[in-house]
Amino acid sequence: MSIHRSHILVCSGSNCTLRASVPVRMALRAAIADQGLDKEFKVIETGCFGLCQEGPIMVIYPEGIHYCGVQPDDIDEIVETHLKKGRVVNRLLYRGEAEQEVTLPSTPFYQRQHRVVLRNVGAVDPENIEESLARDGYQGLAKALDTMSPRDVVQTMLDSGLQGRGGAGFPAGRKWDFTLRASGEPKYVVCNADEGEPGTSKDRLILEGDPHAVIEGMAIAGYAVGASQGFIYIRGEYQLSLQRFRKAVEQAREYGLLGSDILGSGFSFNVEVRSGAGAYVCGEETALLNSLEGRRGEPRYKPPFPANEGLWGKPTLINNVETLANAAPILMHGAQWYRSLGSEDCPGTKVFTLSGDVANRGLIEVPMGITLREIVEDIGGGIPGGRQFKMAQIGGTSGGCIPAEHLDIPIDIPHLDDVGASLGSGALLIVDDSHCMVDLSKTFLHFFAHESCGQCTPCREGTMLMRKLVDGIAAGSGTRKDLELLERITATMRKASLCGLGQTAPTPVLTALRYFSDEYEAHIDSGRCISGACGVAVGGMKS
Amino acid sequence: MKSMQELEAIRQKAKKAMKVREGQENAIVVSVAMGTCGIAKGARDVMMALVDETAKRGLDSVVITQSGCAGFCEKEPMAKVHMPGQPEINYGYLDANRARDIVARHLVHGEIVHDYVVQLPGGEDRA
Repeated sequence: MSIHRSHILVCSGSNCTLRASVPVRMALRAAIADQGLDKEFKVIETGCFGLCQEGPIMVIYPEGIHYCGVQPDDIDEIVETHLKKGRVVNRLLYRGEAEQEVTLPSTPFYQRQHRVVLRNVGAVDPENIEESLARDGYQGLAKALDTMSPRDVVQTMLDSGLQGRGGAGFPAGRKWDFTLRASGEPKYVVCNADEGEPGTSKDRLILEGDPHAVIEGMAIAGYAVGASQGFIYIRGEYQLSLQRFRKAVEQAREYGLLGSDILGSGFSFNVEVRSGAGAYVCGEETALLNSLEGRRGEPRYKPPFPANEGLWGKPTLINNVETLANAAPILMHGAQWYRSLGSEDCPGTKVFTLSGDVANRGLIEVPMGITLREIVEDIGGGIPGGRQFKMAQIGGTSGGCIPAEHLDIPIDIPHLDDVGASLGSGALLIVDDSHCMVDLSKTFLHFFAHESCGQCTPCREGTMLMRKLVDGIAAGSGTRKDLELLERITATMRKASLCGLGQTAPTPVLTALRYFSDEYEAHIDSGRCISGACGVAVGGMKS
Repeated sequence: MKSMQELEAIRQKAKKAMKVREGQENAIVVSVAMGTCGIAKGARDVMMALVDETAKRGLDSVVITQSGCAGFCEKEPMAKVHMPGQPEINYGYLDANRARDIVARHLVHGEIVHDYVVQLPGGEDRA
């Protein structure tokens, strides 16, 4: 790597790519080469900065100036004014609510965040392993191989209190412990990157922005549980993640950080990349294992759990992308450090995709225990357009709806459980008062009826029945009896479904009925809907 | 790469190349005036000489940046040196050799190069 006096980082995450960051980068490179400035300025593709709706975003160092919404037409001005003359292009600076130019890192959007998993996302070139190494990439693995036994690593993960970040929130250290203790050879490590929850793209942006953090986490896990082969199952639609991850695996092999006898330790580990093919249910860990084996992606009965009988019947550790990306920082800084972040019941941080009716939409990482209000108002910048907060759906389509009365709830597993919601995988959808809950429920239920794999009866029949009932209520032909039936179906699905899909599909409807029953009743009793989205008259509600 | 030592060597080398992206609170900041006037009088050569000389000498804690025209176009190319805790020093009438001289004497040894110092009205530039 040669030394350049200035580095220009251009976001190449999925969202900025949709907003033409590739032509921006190409135009910038061409203009810099054209002006003979390529010895001074280095253009680097990097991962998501988080404030996706302001994209494409670029940062110019050493000044640390962020430009937002940069288009290819802006490049000439940036080169002439900023690069050649050192003057800031004011019109491209981020403007906060007060319409004042501010530097991005000084905004509450960044100030309230704590980046552990996203430590390198937006800071390094994900296609250059040396940039990752410069920012302590593979130091956690080196420490484990050099100074810790597999048992020490598992103990550190147990002590850290890290809970799985894929949705269920099961203590990660315990999964590691079960797999280490399990008998049977060989053992496998599987990274679940089949992120299918609507509204969630945090795993995608981690994979695109810092693939080496995930490779390192997988290698640490392999060392801890005694596996020498890892698989990552990446959602098929995530082409950029697949492409970057494959490249990162190749580079890690080239540098001897994957392969045999890693860093002279005697430990060998390889990672194979597999692509999903579009089924939501394959994010369920046992369905994913079936799919990896080349079978139909249907969930398995549990027990036996994957730790004992997983991939090809062998002991398998299966963790989510974000869970594995936490492993290296925990080993480097210790379990106590990790526990110092977050809340007592839920240590650490959580990455969310913030979307919906909120001013700042994008990718955020916050300490557990932060309140929903802090996320919506400080980080999210509040509800735009003079509207009121109505509810937040946390955890994706299978997540619960939290109404305004619970805005001050701390975001962690026990507090969310209290209000009938769950942490889920990392979606946070903010909804304002212009939307109708019956209409939203209808959307959720159409999704589940489509994605149910059909293997078990409660889920196959339940998702279709729920859809039919709520469609009827939305169309104005529902009755009070339908509400009772809906409650009975949801109760059966939660208890009797085989996997998480059927068990959690009723959650959004249950919480909608719990907190917004007046809207359901208004549709049934007086044929009125606040939004006009449903097939009934537009009208106000009691509340 | 087959050892911890090799990993550390690559890491240190890579860190150096990325130094420019770190927040540097205690860094020495050299700011070259890059208005049209400065550029016309050779500020880019000055800049490149500064980058080259600091890299050659391994001066990791120096940030080289640029600013606009300070209003003294006649004294261009100009550069300011700001050492932490000290007043800014303004240099003028620079060229590549003088820039290298400033790196060697001011940045390395802390010695102000009086020959190139320019006095700006109202500035804290007393040398």
